[in-house]
Amino acid sequence: MTVVEVSRHPVRRLGDRVFAGASTGAAITILATLAGVAIFLTVEGVPGILASPDEVKSGESFLPYVGPLVFGTLLAAAIALVIAVPVSIGVALFISHYAPRRLAAVMGYLIDLLAAVPSVVYGLWGIGFLAGKLVAPYGWLEEHLGFLPFFAGPASATGRTILTVGIVLAVMILPIMTAICREVFLQTPRLHEEAALALGATRWEMARLAVFPHARSGIISGAMLGLGRALGETMAVAMVLSASGVVSWNLISSTNPSTIAANIALSFKEASGLTVNALVASGLVLFVITFVVNVAARLVVDRRKDFSGADA
Amino acid sequence: MSILHTPMWRRRAVDRLATVLVTGAFVLALFPLFSILWTVVSKGAPALSPEFFTYSMRNVVGEGGGIYHALVGTLLVTAAATVISVPIGLLTAIFLVEYGEGRRLARWIRFLVDVMTGIPSIVAGLFAYALFVVFFGEGVRMGFGGAVALSVLMIPVVVRSCEEMLKLVPNELREAAYALGVPKWRTVLKVVLPTSIAGIVTGITLAIARVIGETAPLLVIAGLSDSVNFDLFHDRMATLPVFAYSAVSSPGVPPGPSIDRAWGAALVLLLIVMLLNLVARLVSHLFSPKSER
Repeated sequence: MTVVEVSRHPVRRLGDRVFAGASTGAAITILATLAGVAIFLTVEGVPGILASPDEVKSGESFLPYVGPLVFGTLLAAAIALVIAVPVSIGVALFISHYAPRRLAAVMGYLIDLLAAVPSVVYGLWGIGFLAGKLVAPYGWLEEHLGFLPFFAGPASATGRTILTVGIVLAVMILPIMTAICREVFLQTPRLHEEAALALGATRWEMARLAVFPHARSGIISGAMLGLGRALGETMAVAMVLSASGVVSWNLISSTNPSTIAANIALSFKEASGLTVNALVASGLVLFVITFVVNVAARLVVDRRKDFSGADA
Repeated sequence: MSILHTPMWRRRAVDRLATVLVTGAFVLALFPLFSILWTVVSKGAPALSPEFFTYSMRNVVGEGGGIYHALVGTLLVTAAATVISVPIGLLTAIFLVEYGEGRRLARWIRFLVDVMTGIPSIVAGLFAYALFVVFFGEGVRMGFGGAVALSVLMIPVVVRSCEEMLKLVPNELREAAYALGVPKWRTVLKVVLPTSIAGIVTGITLAIARVIGETAPLLVIAGLSDSVNFDLFHDRMATLPVFAYSAVSSPGVPPGPSIDRAWGAALVLLLIVMLLNLVARLVSHLFSPKSER
């Protein structure tokens, strides 16, 4: 009988080296792409940042040009977040703890369908349906809450305001936030839930005492991912908003701040020379903002992963 | 705790209120879904006709014309993006699951892929533009640039879904193959991939559905044209979402027919996306092993 020498590792041949090399190469391509995005945007953007005011279409140097856009971007995303966070928590809780088990999957699928709708369709819906329906409520807001700077008016006659944009964005980011909330709600240790119920807690108290504390970081990271989406959304904003590039807290008037992404989409076709570079530079600003938000969100998620073993 | 000092009737009332609010949130979230579907179907359906699918917009003023050129562009650009993204995405997923175990590179890539899913679509378009300007000079517009931009958005989605699917393959299968002396690369090709193929196809289909509706990057780099263009590497190329956008934003005089065409194009786009989603669900439902939850 011959003794076969057994290696602890699987056999390695030429095919193995090629295959391992190809898959590692693909992984490194991804790193290169991400680096490439930053590098090429910087290369094309820097001339736009340095351009003197009379060389670009806006007639302003870069910082005064991009400042109001950043304000508009943050404002629209903030409105979307204020609306979407409570709704998505409610929807996720409904699907995970309130709905009948058998229907829950179908309901989750319905909400996911919202994520499948293309942004240009959201834009069409925003101008063709939502904006018109919101004219009357905006008039009411101006009349009754006009003392607040947000609703000072005069109310827009078309309804194409930054508040409308915020509502459309809220609908668009709802699916991803709901999906993440749903997932962490479902991960609540069963024993915690059952213990709460056994002690006589109502269903809502069980959610408050067992589900929410467990899910807090998940909710935060979901909200931040939604924020990243809202900051970068382009077409819905470009189509719905009637923008004039001002800095204003007025949410329902016809003069609205524009957003970085929408401004690029609207001005790119007619731009030439250094104006293009300025637009690319504003895109770089957007990239940096969303990158920071996304990194922060992912760090929260990852930290949570490390701990979840301990308290499960 | 404060709950113990709260009278029972109040706790019950709060519980009932919470139930109403939570259910209300769900109903509220369904409202835009049905509103969008209803608006697009009711406004888009009248525009659909055989002519709408077989004519381009070349030399069309006012009524008539169709989306043939935009359909061709969308299919070509999306197909090119898929051809770029699937090998890179799938191989990366294989690296993460089969080769990356515990390596720092794998942790970094997993993290950056997650971050990459959050890149705004317009930034992807600007990246493609900034890349192609270097080679082709200012004002470059071509369909292939759109495919590159879409790939930036599509690759991370493919990686994440393929990785999840590869992870579901039980380790026993791999170990059985190794025990029989099968080299690792053949184990991956002949055991791991066939086991997870349904999930991978599902993931890729969903990734296609996600990018086929992208407008902003194509607006920047692929542009718009009124004629059919089959050449990915030369000249502007119309795509469905950009067509719908521009038919609304610059409808011409009279605006009516153009806006009708926009709704028609939106309906076609929505149907394509829904169909892809349906196909993905069917594939995963029919072909997946029972490890699927």
